Parts: sequence; structure tokens; C-alpha cells
Amino acid sequence: MEELIRVTNLIKNFPVQKSVLDMLFSGKKQQYVHAVDDVSFSIGKGEVLGLAGESGSGKSTTGRLLLRLLEATSGSIFYDGRDISTIGKEELRRLRMKMQVVFQDPDSSLSPRMTVGQAISDPLRIQGLASGAEAKRRAIQIMEQVGLTPAEFLYRKYPHQLSGGQTQRVVLARALVTNPEFVVADEPIAMADVSVRALILELMKQLKREFNLTYLFITHDLATAKYLCDRIAIMYLGRIVEIGTKDQVFRTPHHPYTKALLQAVPVPDPKERRKDALPRGEIPSAVNPPPGCHFHPRCPFAIDPCRSGRPPLRELSPGHFSACILEP
Amino acid sequence: MEKTILEVKDLSIDYPISIGTVHAVRNVSFTLHKGEVLGLVGESGCGKSTLGLSFLRLLRAPGRVAGGSIEFEGRDIMSMKTEELRLFRGNKMAMVFQNPLTSLNPLMRIRDHFFETLKVHNVFTNRTEAEKKAGDVLERLGIDRQRLHEYPHQMSGGMRQRIMIGLGLILDPEILIADEPTTALDVIVEATFVDLLKLLKEEYNISIILISHNLAMVAEIANRIAVMYGGKIAEIGTAEQIFAEPMHPYTQGLIGCVPNINVDQESLVSMAGSPPDLVVPPPGCPFADRCPKGMDICRQKMPPMKEYRANQQTACWLYE
Amino acid sequence: MSDRMNSQKIEDPKAKYSPAYTVSKFFRWISKSNKTYGVEWWIMIVGIFVILMITYLAIFPGTVAPFAPNAQDSGPQLSPPSAHNIFGTDNLNRDVFSRIIWGSRTILGVAISAALLSSVIGIPLGLISGYVGGVVDRVLSLIMDSVYAFPGLILAIAFAAMLGPGVINITLAVAVIYIPTYFRLVRGQTLQLKEQLYVEAARSIGAKQGTILFRYIFPNIIATVVVVFSLNIADAITTEAALSYIGLGLPAGIPDWGMDLSLGKSYLPSGVWWMITYPGLMIMLLALGFTMLGEGLAEILNPRLLEK
Repeated sequence: MEELIRVTNLIKNFPVQKSVLDMLFSGKKQQYVHAVDDVSFSIGKGEVLGLAGESGSGKSTTGRLLLRLLEATSGSIFYDGRDISTIGKEELRRLRMKMQVVFQDPDSSLSPRMTVGQAISDPLRIQGLASGAEAKRRAIQIMEQVGLTPAEFLYRKYPHQLSGGQTQRVVLARALVTNPEFVVADEPIAMADVSVRALILELMKQLKREFNLTYLFITHDLATAKYLCDRIAIMYLGRIVEIGTKDQVFRTPHHPYTKALLQAVPVPDPKERRKDALPRGEIPSAVNPPPGCHFHPRCPFAIDPCRSGRPPLRELSPGHFSACILEP
Repeated sequence: MEKTILEVKDLSIDYPISIGTVHAVRNVSFTLHKGEVLGLVGESGCGKSTLGLSFLRLLRAPGRVAGGSIEFEGRDIMSMKTEELRLFRGNKMAMVFQNPLTSLNPLMRIRDHFFETLKVHNVFTNRTEAEKKAGDVLERLGIDRQRLHEYPHQMSGGMRQRIMIGLGLILDPEILIADEPTTALDVIVEATFVDLLKLLKEEYNISIILISHNLAMVAEIANRIAVMYGGKIAEIGTAEQIFAEPMHPYTQGLIGCVPNINVDQESLVSMAGSPPDLVVPPPGCPFADRCPKGMDICRQKMPPMKEYRANQQTACWLYE
Repeated sequence: MSDRMNSQKIEDPKAKYSPAYTVSKFFRWISKSNKTYGVEWWIMIVGIFVILMITYLAIFPGTVAPFAPNAQDSGPQLSPPSAHNIFGTDNLNRDVFSRIIWGSRTILGVAISAALLSSVIGIPLGLISGYVGGVVDRVLSLIMDSVYAFPGLILAIAFAAMLGPGVINITLAVAVIYIPTYFRLVRGQTLQLKEQLYVEAARSIGAKQGTILFRYIFPNIIATVVVVFSLNIADAITTEAALSYIGLGLPAGIPDWGMDLSLGKSYLPSGVWWMITYPGLMIMLLALGFTMLGEGLAEILNPRLLEK
């Protein structure tokens, strides 16, 4: 499969705000939140890669780094073979036509003072692709494709007049109106109702086929990730701990964290209730993560070597990588 | 057999606001048995949270109970006087809310939260004893008792949620109402929390009403499940029945919507449309215009709630 | 009659714009709004009414004023209100009523121009400062906070004294003291709004900073700015009156309420109450009108935004 995105050694550190006292007295060294800690992966054309993890895993930050909404501390991002980590503002702006994002909260993603039509046709104006009547025509077309009908009627409405499912469709329409190739979806259904989630997921599947899209699907909900994604990467405290195809990761998980996560996912079936124990403790702080493998304090299989040295992502089988030194 | 500990009879709750009256809960009836976990599931706007608040008479104005009754061990909660109500709350029935950060006072240490609860219920004797009691509760919940001296912001989300349960448990209530307790929690923390609820049920025989839109989470622990839609209960039955043999079309749709990590699903059921307007609710079944099996009578008349199968009730004309 | 109106409504499409229909529709809209908004709505309506009335006087003074404002022959000197001079006359035999009417033009003109000037300068500076941050923000904030720290009137007096007499100078003096108000308001809102998800979404579409500021951030600030604008005018009215009361700014020939107030003051001990009372009442009425408009707008616009 042709590669569309390649990310190599991506690092993002956020400086921790120092209090005045710290600055005056302790001369403490500047501390950093290691939000994204040397992450590498690739996404093929037409593929859906899931980036899954709990809070503090760095998955949302990675998504933003990919789109350069945040600047990486170091590392490279390649889009369709081109290194986009260092291109200038103007070039980046034009690239934005092809790379789009859908955020978690549709209501906050839309300006409350812009009508649906304005919101959707704006990208066309901004990118100089169309304006006026042509932009409106294109917007109406997209609205119909995402199921925002009657399009003419909804065109003039404001976001607060629409239902939750409709606003998320508006966000989707806005993302697709410039005919992008790549869409980063950051928890797009987390805030929606159960039935709306199913609608949006189905819609995303359909749109992927119709528009020939490649997705990066960021989520904490593994059940949804399994439903939509082709490949999946599991992140923990800024690192990818396991990555592989859907079948590889869900049927034969290797990393203890992946196993714990899969176990913890609730199953909508009272006959299949969880019986095994969960890892103890909670996710440690990303400012001072545990040395060696970040997961070792909570891992039921941890051995001495786990405490020192970062375990590399090693290939267990073609395409299936795990950052755990234990034998499968 | 199982003793009925809470009985809700034909309860209706209204919110009179400027544009009209929102009939948030309409003629809802169900029972809660001792030691069981009842899941109250539904999507936003179905009335489940309003219902949960009403049990402890925590409805915010202008919300008010417009009809029906809620009885705890035979006593009508709605007609309790102030003093009786104060002793009832926390003591017999306690509530755990959704967002633990905003439910805890950031300026009070954890132990002070416990002291306050004890004082309000006139069971505070002295600090040493109260601290011991609070420490015991925390240990039950898997938290080191040293943390009593800390402030809420020093604890993680999962821990704060457990503190909330602790505050609910310190008076040994018989019923615990949890309103979307895991919405703000990570996957593993959520699973740990559910295990905790299981522990409470099994070791301490506490009855729990679990209000949530997360069907999978409710499936992990509930004995019985009530599905709400448009302010009414659409179906109520054991957890097995609801998931394996749902009767009401809304329940069927809802179950079909949820991705199951253990199953390879080709597609999910999609239910187009949105919940009905509760200011002018339709005269018939609230699900009528979204229902794939909707008939004329569904739109015109409200179907009665009947037990069509053993232990399973639903309100649907298909079975009449 | 009503039957005819009804049949007009059904058959004749042009009837939609017939005066009777429009008026009835207007009243129906008012009663519906009253139910939705309550007393703030009526406060605003009263404010608008007062403003409109006085604006009419300002634009068409000739249609109401019986005399020219400076005509020194409109009646006997210092005569109390009578049929001939509704508000009496002043020491130069000028008709107080006419002076009031012609004076409305001055005070309204200065106040509105000053408010416009302040906003046109303060708003863009606030937007830029809030959005760009950094050194620009620090410097601008420092300047604005310093100006803001001064009691408004004192500063206006200083500026007026510095600039000298003249309508334009007075307008400038009044305008300067309000620039920080707009700046602070807009900057604060911008700081808040630039963290909103839709701003990040706009960036992800490739919008330039200017586009983001004016199409995404500013429209969401307008509601509060409009309220402040109205209250600002109210304040500018009293400030302008105060400046001319002290004697700074306007040349003698231009009819001005503040000046008349000052003039009337010296005649009060002799029992001449009408020279000072009417200008005072008018200043108060006009300022109150704008205040009511502002307060009413604040209640109406903000809850609706929150009620979502």
C-alpha cells in the first residue's frame, strides 16, 4: 500500500509552568511534560489508523502535531513523500486543503455567530477555491452528501438551532468541502449520544469510500476503534506500546498494557462479564514518568530489565510491533 | 424472596419554564429490590438524571414532582418533613455525582469532607473516631488512609470518584444512586470503579441505581435494567433479557448501536431522527415516529406498560 | 374593516406590507417579546424611545423650536415659563426651550462621535493585543492601563485644556478617555475566545490571522461591545456636559446644555430656576435613555447567548 503519512521520532515537550516561588528560591530545573515521546508510525493511503489510549497518552497531541497545529519539539512528518515539518506558513496553508481535522466537541468547533452555510463554505473562500454562488453550490452539495437535508433550509441556520448529530455533520461537511485526502478525527463521537454515535460512525465509513479518504482516528474507546480502524496503535504516556492490524492487536495483543486495556473495555453483554484482575495504580504523571518501560510499576509481569532502558518497538510478526521485552 | 426497598409509582416530573412546561418524566413506575443493581439507561433528554435527582428531592427549581410517589420501605419520600428528610439523605440513600472535581470543595481536606457529613447527620463524636471511621471507609475503597490529609486537587480523577463513594458510604446507606459516575474517567479506572460497585453490592448488600448512557458499562454489573425514552420507561427486565431478547424497538435499536469489542460487526444499527419535544409530547408512544415497526395506533395512543414475559415489562403495541 | 383586512391578507400578496398589517404585526411581536423577555425589554424600549425623540430634535430642530437658539429677542429677559416661552427665557432674552432643542444636536453629536472614535481605535487594538500577545500586548496594556487609571473627568479636563476650544477638540478629549474601556473589554474577550475550539478549527482550515480575528473572533464579541457602546455614549454625554459646565471647549455661540447649566447656576439665587433645571433634566434624560438601552441590551443579548 502506498504511504500517505510517515512520522519519525516525533517529540513534543511542554514546559511546566513554574510558580514564582520556584523561580525565586529553588532554582529548580525547568521541568517538561513529555506529551509525545519519540513516536514513529506510518499511514497508508485509504487506511484508517486508530490511535488509542487513555488520558495523558499523547494521542490528541500527536494528532495536532501531524497537522502542525502544534509545533513539534523535534522529529519529522512526511506527507505524500514530502517533509512537511519545516515548510513555510504559506505552503502549509495551502496544504491545509488536503489535511483536515474533526474535533471532539462539535458545538465548540463552530463559531456561534456563523451560519451553517457560512461555516461550511468558508474553507473554500479561505483557500481561494471558490466564492459567492459557486461556494454556496459546493457547500450545498457537501451538505447533501453528509445527510444535512433539507440543505437549503439548514444552510441559513445557526449551530445552536441544530441537534447534536447535525452539528457534527456540519463539522464533517466543513472538513470535506475542500476535498481533502487526509482527515484527523479527534474523538469525534465522544460527546454524542449513543444512537448518534452509530450514525456518525456509519457516515464516516461511507464518506471514506466516497471521498477516498485516509483517517487518523484518535479515541479512548477501543470498541469503536475496532469497528472503524484497519490498523491500531496503542499509546501510553507519550509512547506507542503496540501497533498492528486490527486482528493482530485485538486477537493477539502482546503488550501487557494492551491486554489490560482490552480487558477493561466493557462489553455490552451481561453474560460476558470481566473476571480477571486489572492493573493496580493509576496513570503516573507525564512530567516524571517511571524510568525504563513506563508501564512497569503497574505491570503484573514486570521483571528487573523493565526498570531501565526504554524497550524498543520490536516486530513480533509482519506489521505487528510491541514495546515489551517479554516473549509472546 | 427479594425485598422491595424502593418503589416508584406513576411518577411525573415537570419543569415549568418560559416557553412552556417540560414534561421530563412521565408516569414512571418501577421497583428496586434489596441488594440489586438497577441500571437506568437512556440517551440525553430521556429523563434519567431528573429521575435520579428526584429520589433525594434534589430537583432544582423550577423542577417539581407533578404526580405519583416514591416510597422508601413504605415511607413516602415526597411527604417527608425537613428533619426527616435530612436524616434520610446520606443515611438511607446517598448519591454519587458525575464530576467528582466539582463536587468536592477544593478548600477542604478530604477528612474535613467526611467530618462535615458526619456532623450534619449528628453522628460526629470526636475527631479521632471520625478519622478512624473515614479511614476505614477509604481502605474499603482501596485508598491509603493517609490521604485523608490531602486536598482534592492532589488526587487523580479515579481517586476522587472513590472519595465521593466514600462520602456516600460512611453512613452505611441502603441505597446508592450513581449518576453517570464514570463519564469523566479513563477506561481502566472506569473498570476499577465498576469492580468497586460490585464489591459494595456483594459484601455490603447495598442496592444501587446506576444511571448511565454507557450500556456496556451497565451490562457489566446490573441485575436489572430500565430503558428510558422520552420521559417514559420503554422497557424493564433482567440484564440478560434486555441484551439477548429486547422487546421494545428502541431497546433493540439501542443495543444494536453499541460496538462490541468481542464481536466482528459489519455495521451498526442507525436510528435516524431525534427524541420528541417534551414540552408538547406526542399523545402516543414517544418513539413512534422513529420506530421501524411503528403503526398508526402507536402515534395516537400511549401503550400500557405490561409484563408480557416473566420479569420483563414493556410498553409497546406490538405485544398487545 | 377587519374583514377586509383579513381577505386582503389571504388574497393579495402585497397586503403583507400594507401599513395596517405591519402595525398589527409589530404589536404582536412586542407582546410576544414581552412574554419572553420581561421587564428588561420594556426598559430598552423606553430608552430607545427617548433616544429617538431627542435624535429627532437634534436632526430637525427647526421643526420644533419656535425661536433661534441665539436670538436675543425671543421674549422678556429672565421671564419664567409661559405660553410664549415654554421653558422661560435667560439673561440674554434667549428662549430656553429653543436652546434646549438646538443644544441636543451639539451634545448628541459630540457624545456619539466620541464614542465612535474611541471604539474605532480601542476595538482593533484590543483584538490585536489579545490575539498576538507577547511584547505588543504588554506595551499596549501598559499604556491603556495607565490611561484607564486616571479618573475620566480629570483626564478629559486635562486634554480639553491642552487642546483648546472647539467642537473637534472636545470630541477628541472625550474620546481619549474611553479608548481603554474598549481595549480592555475586547482584549479580555479575545484572550478567552482565542482558546476556543472553533478558532483552532479555523486555523486548521488555513485561515490567516486577520480572517480569524475579524470573521471568527469579532462577531462573537459584538454583543458585549454594543452594550458597552451604548453605556459609553451615556457616559460621554455627562462628560461633555461637565466639560462645558466648567467652561472648557465649546465656543460661546454654540448652544450647549452644559454651558447653559453653568450659566443658570449664577441666576439661581435670584429665584430663576428654569435656566438651570431644564438643561439639567435634559442631560439626565438623554444619559438615562442610553443607559436604559445599554442595560436592556445587556439583559437581552447575554441570556439568549447563554440559554442555548
